[in-house]
Amino acid sequence: MNKRVVIVGASHAGAQLASSLRQEGWQGQILMIGEEPFAPYQRPPLSKEYLRGEKNADELLIRPAEMYIRHGVELLPGRCVRSVDRTAKRVLMEDGKSFDYHKLALCTGARVRQLEVPGADLPGVHYLRTLADVDAIRTRLVPGCRVVIVGGGYIGLESAAALRKCGVEVSVLEVQSRLLARVTAPQVSAFYQRIHAEAGVVIHTGWSVVAIEGEDRVTGVVGADGRRLPADMVIVGIGVIPNVELASQCGLKVDNGIWVDEFASTDDSDIYAAGDCTNHPNRLLGRRVRLESVPNAMEQAKSAAASICGRQQCYDAYPWFWSDQYDLKLQIAGLSEGYDRVILRGDADAGRSFVAWYVCGDKLLAADCINRPKEFMVAKQLLAGALPVSVERLADESLDPKLILKI
Amino acid sequence: MPIIHYIEPNGAEYEIDVPVGHTVMQGAVDNMIDGILAECGGVCSCATCHCYVDEAWYERVGEPQGAEKMMLEMVVEPEPTSRLSCQIKVTEELDGLVVRLPPSQY
Ligand SMILES: Cc1cc2nc3c(=O)[nH]c(=O)nc-3n(C[C@H](O)[C@H](O)[C@H](O)COP(=O)(O)OP(=O)(O)OC[C@H]3O[C@@H](n4cnc5c(N)ncnc54)[C@H](O)[C@@H]3O)c2cc1C
Ligand code: FES
Repeated sequence: MNKRVVIVGASHAGAQLASSLRQEGWQGQILMIGEEPFAPYQRPPLSKEYLRGEKNADELLIRPAEMYIRHGVELLPGRCVRSVDRTAKRVLMEDGKSFDYHKLALCTGARVRQLEVPGADLPGVHYLRTLADVDAIRTRLVPGCRVVIVGGGYIGLESAAALRKCGVEVSVLEVQSRLLARVTAPQVSAFYQRIHAEAGVVIHTGWSVVAIEGEDRVTGVVGADGRRLPADMVIVGIGVIPNVELASQCGLKVDNGIWVDEFASTDDSDIYAAGDCTNHPNRLLGRRVRLESVPNAMEQAKSAAASICGRQQCYDAYPWFWSDQYDLKLQIAGLSEGYDRVILRGDADAGRSFVAWYVCGDKLLAADCINRPKEFMVAKQLLAGALPVSVERLADESLDPKLILKI
Repeated sequence: MPIIHYIEPNGAEYEIDVPVGHTVMQGAVDNMIDGILAECGGVCSCATCHCYVDEAWYERVGEPQGAEKMMLEMVVEPEPTSRLSCQIKVTEELDGLVVRLPPSQY
């Protein structure tokens, strides 16, 4: 057999893996199988430009479908892999077909966490992970309709911002006492709360949804204290669950993600994994993580492709992420977990531009940069070099951000 | 269709037809040229689509503005003709454009 790599999952990780395999000089076949009926597309715009109606589906494609063919990547969209037979080195499809592999790459990503309350299956309750999800939302949006967003994380807030631009009424319900509680400092939460309030979004924190009401469609949500909010549509954004079932069913190690090493290899040396579905070690952080971001999917996919081609390329990049809401470009470098101090550069209480540096001792752990692209690049360099930081310099607005690097 | 020349740090050269209106970044990604990563998909948030515009072309391509300019100041190994390729729209006038890719996008 002409050696074949089978990639399961056709999204950010899968698309990069296919491309990097060709760059690494892989001569054999590449077969990419994806459950969604499209060529790989960009997910981040789903809660941004696409929800606002500023981009069409073709513009979301990572590359046009015919480019895969041109580079010898066979794409099977709309098809689901049901199981993996590691002894026969074969994937079995839902329709009974099967494909042999020489090497297998699991890029199965994540799926949304479902809201488990009475009424959550009523028409009008939506999630936001796929193109089909957003199409379903968009066809039902009419000016003036009342949308309740459950979850005050990045996806919930980006959706709120996009929906305000579509002229609908938006409320956000967050169970924690502040927005973005899991990922940012109180000052950053307060900033986003102010910005959204200024844009007319009604925010309820400490609000836990216990039921969704309606006869044959959503009419409202009910909170733990019995309060009710009317709603024509509910969008749930309460996190994701990694798709690990294929891996666990075939006996690979799984623990909050498919267990891989720094070269994206599972405990079967013919099977690799990359993206939202993996749990991997990060040398720079000194621990294992499961990340949900495009850069993570792409960089890990590159390591996986190198491994498949017999070259070792350690994946140990610092995590980073971005989020666009209104005119605000938030760029986040690092992970803030474990900080002992937050240092602000700029004014978070007024205006629309500042940095929150998360510091532990004299080391930077992370930075939330709001409309501060230069500081973001500085933060990446501080992290990559594990450079000591001076609190005074981080906070000193009169100093060119470049000079923060000079100790 | 305009042709864009991409030169990898190892000297490998690609001649790619890129439709007018597309970006120089998209031309590379479409054709699986990995020297341009484009992690943010072209929204000027990542600076992993850095390229050096050939000096003969720099004036026609133009200077970076705003967020692009600020991020370019801090990329690894910036040069006077550095640009983020997602911010360069291909036009008929750019037919023949030559861009070199940096050794690393991090
Ligand atoms: C609305 C939204 C906004 C986001 N914004 C940002 C952002 O601004 N910045 C950022 O960095 N990240 C953002 N993310 C996160 C980012 O999109 C993900 O981290 C990224 O998509 C992960 O890519 P992946 O390839 O690992 O997995 P996924 O994108 O989850 O793709 C996995 C694919 O595999 C398919 N699949 C799974 N199982 C099977 C099977 N058995 N057979 C066949 N196919 C299968 C799935 O259908 C899916 O298409 C956002 C995500 C969402 C939903
Ligand atoms: S693609 Fe991210 S800045 Fe150009």
